Amino acid sequence: MRTYLDFERPVAELESKVADLRDLSRHDASFSICDEIKCLEVKIEHALKELYSKLTPWQKTQVSRHPGRPRFTHYVSCLVDNFIPLCGDRRFSDDAAIQGGVGCFRGRPVFIIGHERGGDTDGRLKHNFGMAKPEGYRKAARLMSLSDQFDLPVLSLIDTAGAYPGVGAEERGQSEAIARSTETCLSLGVPNIAVIIGQGGSGGAVAIATANKVLMLEHSIYTVASPEASASILWHDSARAMDAANQMKITSADLLHFGVIDAVIPEPMGGAHRDVDAIVKATGDSLFEALCSFDDMKRDEIRIHRQEKFMKIGTDF
Amino acid sequence: MNWINNVIRPKIRSILSKREIDDHLWVKCPVSGQMVFHKDLEANHFVVPGSGYHMRMDTLSRLNSLFDKSVFEEMPLPSVLSDPLEFRDERRYSERLKLARTKTGMEDAIKVAHGYLDGLHVVSAVQDFSFMGGSLGLAVGETLIAAMRLSVKMHSPFIIFTASGGARMQEGILALMQMPRTTIAVRELREARLPYIVVLTHPTTGGVTASYAMLGDIHIAEPGALIGFAGPRVIEQTIREKLPDGFQKAEYLRDHGMVDMVVPRHELRETLSHLCRMLMKSPIPEPDCSLPSLSDS
Repeated sequence: MRTYLDFERPVAELESKVADLRDLSRHDASFSICDEIKCLEVKIEHALKELYSKLTPWQKTQVSRHPGRPRFTHYVSCLVDNFIPLCGDRRFSDDAAIQGGVGCFRGRPVFIIGHERGGDTDGRLKHNFGMAKPEGYRKAARLMSLSDQFDLPVLSLIDTAGAYPGVGAEERGQSEAIARSTETCLSLGVPNIAVIIGQGGSGGAVAIATANKVLMLEHSIYTVASPEASASILWHDSARAMDAANQMKITSADLLHFGVIDAVIPEPMGGAHRDVDAIVKATGDSLFEALCSFDDMKRDEIRIHRQEKFMKIGTDF
Repeated sequence: MNWINNVIRPKIRSILSKREIDDHLWVKCPVSGQMVFHKDLEANHFVVPGSGYHMRMDTLSRLNSLFDKSVFEEMPLPSVLSDPLEFRDERRYSERLKLARTKTGMEDAIKVAHGYLDGLHVVSAVQDFSFMGGSLGLAVGETLIAAMRLSVKMHSPFIIFTASGGARMQEGILALMQMPRTTIAVRELREARLPYIVVLTHPTTGGVTASYAMLGDIHIAEPGALIGFAGPRVIEQTIREKLPDGFQKAEYLRDHGMVDMVVPRHELRETLSHLCRMLMKSPIPEPDCSLPSLSDS
């Protein structure tokens, strides 16, 4: 059963009609509806195109949170062979909101880290909706240091509303963990490539997205704070998240314009959730291309490349 | 005794209304409720004499109290892209900026100066919460980078007094990008082996703590300062329960290993001076020795 977003209602109606017709024809073989279905499918395509060619930032926010949108697990299972998950920050615990490990990406050993937000209710609870605690960022930093030690590139997949705001997280130094993880990104002598696959929320995203190249899926969002948090800070009313989303320039096109990201990965018509295989493959291609561009660079050059890239952001005027 | 109320009260009212009271003359201590004469407060580094409560200190007073004989040279703020998002809500962001500038007389939420601390040359940045909540945007980020680089150039310790609610929402993603950007500058200080001392003042939260404020070599907090990543309101809304007493206060952070010490404002200058001296392998001067002035440099 497909989940529809509120603005997708026209598509939902058409698709349920198609389903009904298919059902009918199954029960009654004499009942031929091929033409009818074809006609409806054309309509669906049109409706999707119509909707998805001009999504508002708030609608993109909804797409980026779609329960069917591919997650860390999808990317890793399709793109990484012999993946060996690694766990724990060696200080306190293991945080399931950030996953990571070592594996082969198109024949090259790499470290891969990222937020996992969980697919069903149990999964979401287990992974704390992709909102990491200090141990998550400390694990990320640990894995990045390992990758640096063994001279292997780092791929990171960003999909979080933000770092978890809780008593325990504060107690254990959430801010220090994030700051240290960002610093570890900046210290790497190996290339790191980040892809914002869903939501890139706040410091919780920056902590593992401070990369040589930052790629972004077309309908993902990257924000200073989640639209709800921004609205709460700006207007003391998190219900105005839609206004915040529409005001704050959070789409891939905006971020490309600001030079915050390096490239946009186009999504299948109707969003990544409509064709998981296609988007995972496209992401793999973009990642590979980005990775290869650092093949001839020395460790220092890679570090300087990353620093200069971030130092340039917001200074072209 | 109704007749007393009827007869006397109007007279008291009339006396009160005749007198004009300057709002800035007296300040109420938020802890003890005690009224303090503003001049006394200023003379006492904005610490309420009775309760020891540390009031917020404006940037200029902070710089005055840090440097020898209150002599220092201010670094001009680098120019930055203004209003990159062309943000507006009820009001344009550009208007809000103008208002904040008129209200505070500052260019943005930070001041940077260099001068001598007990005769040792230091560079210092002070964030100001009264300017749009001390928020970290392009201006503060770029200023901090310039300040840290000034430290490297002058081979001097860098002392920052943080006060901020976090990233400036009105500058969106470009405000967020100041987190990695300032971190790069912190690394430059570190590579130059210069002391980077963070003094966390009330309040320091959000993207500021999640970047340069938690990357210091030494972390000092002022008593009672609120320091954390998420604000208490957000946490309360998330976990839907009351927060423990003293949660996210300076002393709590010290107990949880996030700051080295909580230092009352009266002892701050000496602590900073001694730390900088020792980390720079420079002898600690005898009290009251003659100090070089800026013009000697």
